Amino acid sequence: MVSRDKSNQKSIRSMIQENKSSRSQSAVMEKVVPKLFLICAIISIFTTIGIVFTLLTETFTFFNRISIVEFFTNTRWFPFAADKHADFGIIALIMGTLTVTAIAMVVAIPIGLAAAIYLSEYASAKTRKVIKPILEVLAGIPTIVYGFFALTFVTPLLDKIIPGGISIFNALSPGIVVGIMIIPMIASLSEDAMNAVPNSMREGALALGATRFEVAMKVVLPAALSGVIASFVLGISRAIGETMIVTIAGGSRPTADINLTESIQTMTAYIVQVSQGDTGYGTTIYYSIYAVGMTLFVFTLIMNLLAQFISRKFREEY
Amino acid sequence: MALINKESVKKRMGTRLAANGVAKFLFILATLFSLLVLGVLIYRILSEGLPYLSLDFITNFASRMPERAGIWAALLGTIWVMAVTAPVSFILGVGTAIYLEEYAKKNAFTKFVQINISNLAGVPSIVFGLLGLTIFVRLLGLGSSVLAGGLTMSLLILPVIVVASQEAIRTVPREIREASFGMGATKWQTIRRIVFPAALPGILTGTILALSRAVGETAPLLVLGALAYVAFVPENIFSQFTVLPIQLYNWTSRPQEEFHMIAASGIIILLIILLIMNSIAVLIRNKFHKRF
Amino acid sequence: MDITINKQMVQKNEKEKDFTPVFKINNLNLWYGQDHALKDIKFDIPEKQVTAIIGPSGCGKSTFIKTLNRMVEMVPIVRMSGEIVYREKNIFDPKYGVEELRTQVGMVFQKPNPFPKSIYENVAYGPRIHGIKNKKVLDEVVEKSLRGAAIWDEVKDRLHENAYGLSGGQQQRLCIARCLAIEPDVILMDEPTSALDPISTLKVEELVQELKKDYSIVIVTHNMQQAARISDRTAFFLNGEVVEYTDTSTLFSNPSDKRTEDYITGRFG
Repeated sequence: MVSRDKSNQKSIRSMIQENKSSRSQSAVMEKVVPKLFLICAIISIFTTIGIVFTLLTETFTFFNRISIVEFFTNTRWFPFAADKHADFGIIALIMGTLTVTAIAMVVAIPIGLAAAIYLSEYASAKTRKVIKPILEVLAGIPTIVYGFFALTFVTPLLDKIIPGGISIFNALSPGIVVGIMIIPMIASLSEDAMNAVPNSMREGALALGATRFEVAMKVVLPAALSGVIASFVLGISRAIGETMIVTIAGGSRPTADINLTESIQTMTAYIVQVSQGDTGYGTTIYYSIYAVGMTLFVFTLIMNLLAQFISRKFREEY
Repeated sequence: MALINKESVKKRMGTRLAANGVAKFLFILATLFSLLVLGVLIYRILSEGLPYLSLDFITNFASRMPERAGIWAALLGTIWVMAVTAPVSFILGVGTAIYLEEYAKKNAFTKFVQINISNLAGVPSIVFGLLGLTIFVRLLGLGSSVLAGGLTMSLLILPVIVVASQEAIRTVPREIREASFGMGATKWQTIRRIVFPAALPGILTGTILALSRAVGETAPLLVLGALAYVAFVPENIFSQFTVLPIQLYNWTSRPQEEFHMIAASGIIILLIILLIMNSIAVLIRNKFHKRF
Repeated sequence: MDITINKQMVQKNEKEKDFTPVFKINNLNLWYGQDHALKDIKFDIPEKQVTAIIGPSGCGKSTFIKTLNRMVEMVPIVRMSGEIVYREKNIFDPKYGVEELRTQVGMVFQKPNPFPKSIYENVAYGPRIHGIKNKKVLDEVVEKSLRGAAIWDEVKDRLHENAYGLSGGQQQRLCIARCLAIEPDVILMDEPTSALDPISTLKVEELVQELKKDYSIVIVTHNMQQAARISDRTAFFLNGEVVEYTDTSTLFSNPSDKRTEDYITGRFG
């Protein structure tokens, strides 16, 4: 078939042999390269350590000036008042955050879940192909754009609808818009969970004469419940950490009272407010953003761990 | 006597079917709601922003007069920050992914790194701003510079790139790694010449999507102290800067209606940039879809 | 009766000494965790001949061929004992690098597994990783290897197209060409035709006949006719043991072990 040219044959094999010297060089690479990649992996750990360390040390300084008891029990947050009259009661900020989060979940959970059920149980493959990318687009819109939308469209709209009107900064408008922002996340995570339910379970129920609705509610949803609830918890975590929408449309008047139509302030919005001002390094206000950031971090961390716990602990075995 | 009363089953069937119909209608309505919101949002932004959109708007600096204001400084600031973020986050993210997928043994440390990454992905972006403020701006003395901003953004999107890269690497079939090892290739040769090129489209898609998230991020850079009013373009990575979303925030938070209009114009530009980035990502994904 | 068998064995042992062995396998044992997959394997593989390994699925034939180039070690839970001597060197000697062994002992896999690169780059991969950069040399190697694998005429006009555009049979011959490019001493083939259609199978079988002029070939096959057609010697594996190992015609026409006879006559497997 082929006449193998002896001289050339020798050359390839011998060339490979000759190149052995370069192999010692590549042996060094084999040892060094994994270490370089390990360093990359360790940087992600350092990021976490950096976050925790930063927040802890600066928060510690803050608690040297303001007692931790006052921080968690005082319901008034007036950091900009003259020294003696300043109040650092984070409950006011937490209430703002929780109010917005609650409104957001009232919007996002029913709509997101309904969309997930529709996509997973009713929609044809074709419809799904159209709707899922649109949801992805919604999820990809920057929060600054949602903030603009809340302030310039949703708030005026609510002002017209609600008898007695609504103030220009309020909890309701950013709450609704944060909810809208979270819909795609809940819809897509819940749909994933429902898609994981094997078809044989659906077919079994359908064959007994159950309607699609009954299958969705009594078979699929219970089977996918852990994934669905985990998606809610992640949604809550997202809402708590959301910054720009509440900064733009929520206002900057911290209050522990629940009033949806009046100005509020969330933890995130406070951090932005201080960053925007000309607060000097080393002032109590400067340290306060770390104490608030720490509280925020703990809140979201608990939510994220809870979501992981739920989806791991109650993972269905099909 | 039959155990099941067929008559009553038949009677109940009507209500059950009706319930199914109503429920389906409500589910569709909920799905359409998202589409409706997207439609309204885009309509509002176009109707407010288009009239102010012009070449001058793109090439002008910010101004106290809305009719002369533009986004030039912000646009270039965004590009500068991304020029830092893209390489840093790509190298760190892909490096971490290669380590976890190819080198790491299945031990407690590896598991810890993996859990750590998924938790980092859930940390609010503003907390990354606090990290950047303390470490990069103050501790390393970088000030509110492009470099500090770019590094902070890199850490923010790092988990996204790591996870996307891991998924891309996992799609490279075992068989072609074996083929490479079978020819006497070393591990690093196999990764560099076979696994990495094969996973690259997936890695790029993930990286571009992560970068597009960074382009739209506002909060961390606000906390870092990026300026809201800038009438110059960055000269190097140590320059002060602003970015597009911060400029938009600045305009949106002013009471005058005109500034809201130019904010809408700026949002159009921002959305176009994101649209282009996402299209590129989708294009890469579709072109190399299911090669194995 | 016993005596005759012993006589036969003696004859066989004498016969085995006729050839120059390329591999000498001594008391090879292998475990996957607790599972004893190879038991006291002991035989020699001849130079420039085709040695077929047959046996029912799960008998350890694939595991065995992968020990010859130490690919089996990619499974983390593997343990081994015994020795495999390749050209006077124990391949498990830590001083003998696994990369060097695999440069000498090439492998063709069950499923065609070309790289997602061009046809040219697939073949040039081996020389490249071993440090050959000269474009002219690479061009030569690529052509020679593709000719050697009897696929040159089919691909010479599209060397720079992606290898995934080739048919399954062409891909497998490309994988053989890729293997030839570093001019190995031994070629291991792990059921190389199990994923191919009959015509492609025939082409690969013809190729194997051609290649044995220059290479020592070890081929695992689940197809007894294939072993009978193309191999010079055959080893029959069962439950991790070598039941019988002799020249192919003897094994198929006059097996000395009842189990071999049962297998080749189709009573199991």
